[in-house]
Amino acid sequence: MDFSFTEEQSMLRDTIASYLADNYGFDQRRAALGREPHWRPDVWSAFADELGILGAAFPEALGGLGGGYTENMVVMEELGKALVVEPYLGTVVIGGGFLKHGAPAGAEELIGQIIAGKAIFAFAYAEPQGRYNIRDLKTTARKDGAGYVLNGHKAVVVGAPYATHLVVTARTGGGQRDAGGISVFIVPKSAKGVTTRDYPTVDGFRASEVYFENVVLGAEARIGGEGEALPLVEKVIDEAIAATCAEACGVLRRLQEGTVEYTKQRKQFGVPISSFQVLQHRMVDMFIQLEQSISMTYMATIRLSDSDAERAKAVSAAKVQIGKACKFVGQNAVQLHGGMGVTDEMAIGHYFKRATMIEGLFGSTDHHLARYEALSLGATA
Amino acid sequence: MNLDFSPEDNAFRLEVRTFIAENYPRALREKQERDETLGKEDYLSWHRILAQKGWAVPSWPVELGGTGWTPTQKYIWSEEQARADTIGVMPFGVSMLAPVLYTFGTEEQKQRFLPGIRDGLVWWCQGYSEPGSGSDLASLKTRAERVTGDDGKEYYIVNGQKTWTTLGQHADWGFFLVRTDPDAKPQSGISFLLIDMKTPGISVRRITTLEGGHEVNDVFLDNVKVPVENRVFHENQGWTCAKALLAHERSGIAGVARSKRGLERLRQMASTELSDAGGALIQDAFFRRKVAELEIDLTALEFTELRTLAGESSGKGPGPESSILKIKGTEIQQRLQELALEAAGHYGAPFLGDAGHNSGIGPNHALGLAGDYFNGRKTSIYGGSNEIQRNIISKMVLGL
Repeated sequence: MDFSFTEEQSMLRDTIASYLADNYGFDQRRAALGREPHWRPDVWSAFADELGILGAAFPEALGGLGGGYTENMVVMEELGKALVVEPYLGTVVIGGGFLKHGAPAGAEELIGQIIAGKAIFAFAYAEPQGRYNIRDLKTTARKDGAGYVLNGHKAVVVGAPYATHLVVTARTGGGQRDAGGISVFIVPKSAKGVTTRDYPTVDGFRASEVYFENVVLGAEARIGGEGEALPLVEKVIDEAIAATCAEACGVLRRLQEGTVEYTKQRKQFGVPISSFQVLQHRMVDMFIQLEQSISMTYMATIRLSDSDAERAKAVSAAKVQIGKACKFVGQNAVQLHGGMGVTDEMAIGHYFKRATMIEGLFGSTDHHLARYEALSLGATA
Repeated sequence: MNLDFSPEDNAFRLEVRTFIAENYPRALREKQERDETLGKEDYLSWHRILAQKGWAVPSWPVELGGTGWTPTQKYIWSEEQARADTIGVMPFGVSMLAPVLYTFGTEEQKQRFLPGIRDGLVWWCQGYSEPGSGSDLASLKTRAERVTGDDGKEYYIVNGQKTWTTLGQHADWGFFLVRTDPDAKPQSGISFLLIDMKTPGISVRRITTLEGGHEVNDVFLDNVKVPVENRVFHENQGWTCAKALLAHERSGIAGVARSKRGLERLRQMASTELSDAGGALIQDAFFRRKVAELEIDLTALEFTELRTLAGESSGKGPGPESSILKIKGTEIQQRLQELALEAAGHYGAPFLGDAGHNSGIGPNHALGLAGDYFNGRKTSIYGGSNEIQRNIISKMVLGL
């Protein structure tokens, strides 16, 4: 057993942290999100060229630095600390995950483009009717000669406004909620028949409703077996959840530390409010939630390499802990900032908003508790 | 980062498992299975067997009898003990006093006291709390005045009352916090004394706890004469020892492996107990959700403990972070006891004591669950209450 980081992993962390400290302050972020194009392509280019972090989690043979899950964890935690909206999760973790595990024709070239900052991915999996059930798909990919014709509507596709490529789940067979019959496709966003309605999300990210109308795809667009892609989708989503947990640790750390700092400065009744025991104990409970979340993020990240069932159980357990921590730490951070906590001008409220969105990302606390329950205690009779 | 066990680790696990299976006293096992009260010799029998093997004091420095195990080996050791439902080695000497002795004691004190602790020959008890000094331990009033005896040697004359002394009825020796300077600030006038419990003037009085057990005691000290060489560390600097001891006390308190075993038992029990609907209780939507949440909470604690262990092996002693382990560990233990009692349904009620096993009144697994629950409320109170632990984290970690 080993919980230490390699020298390379520590360097990766320091590189990102110092770049973001210099270039991604709260005011810089807010200004950029408020004007076109609502994200920072210059930051993305810097990730690719100046920092070289987009290849950290890819094999050396494909032009990467030979890392994997731990590297994604390290990167995501730092991105969380600065509330970075640029699409590392969608591109490297999810797009990269599908390309690595599914290994479709052309994967190597696309990975090269990801590492170079040229290809940007968004994951179009959720649908308006499906809630958190990833099998609930009305989107269809009808066989047409050697290829497919894609039709459907995908909901709240985070990062789609910046994306060059979409990873899309669709039915090539089976009923609306069946495990079988699910396939995955890579669709260039510029393909004929793809339209989007772009909008901001409450936490400053951007998302789209994505519509496919008779989008013609070649056979090479498919990743994994036809109608057999559910295990692949579950694996990549679990990897995305572990990465999101790491991002949450960064967010939670800022919420917790920011609150401690604020209460030391804020005076009422002639003393810093940090001297009140009722607030001290609240902050200790926030700190415990943070530490437990870090522990679970390590656990889930390490267990990503386990069997499907073990991996799923570990990831859902982590998401439950992180979901609870996001609510508890987020709400109490705002509470302890008093009126300032609900203003737009202080960073704390923005961390709270991200924490709140993470709670529901890839399934709520209840969703993952139910998934964990079924895996650990068996299905109900 | 990885969770891999090396071939050496796996061989170690097998060695430990085999040793326990072959050497755990049968009489003790049977008493445990019958849920009977254990006596002094029961507790010490397993300790002495471990001492012969050289495994009674794994965390001590190697030159004093420690095993030098890696954090992974310590983890395996606690897992295997829990798996086999062994009783623990009593902590008073081994994990509370000994670290104080080998950190602050004189060479003579180490040689005199450590072997008896290691080999399970001397039973120690703790004299910390007083009726008026619980969470505010530093306000303690038990007085020690220095005098020259008729033999020309230096002594302390100790007067006062200690309380909550766990299993003090068995104790041969005790370690006591006493006030040697009543005029100094509370923390600055305390000394750390080792007292032979057979010394005239000491009396131990039973305190019966909620479940009817005799676990804790009052200890009265009436003109008790203690040689000055029984003082550990400097006069009036005993608080330093007291704090170090509490940190060690807290780090062992998480009880992760025992709680994992307890959860296993709870799941077993809930698969034979029936729900109102007639199916297994573990199939009941509300009950299973509580079990799942507890299991997740325990996993988080397990990894927090593993991170702490990894930190300790890289040279850090148990720091204030060990307070997290105490808070979460005891919350989880109490939650387990709560759910087990809940699972027992009607048969949580009978109060049968040592005669309950195979009495035909309710299932054996329901025996003592209410007692465990009542008794278990102590865990968030002792070792520095969980509120005090929050004060410690607040001050030492968050800097508030």
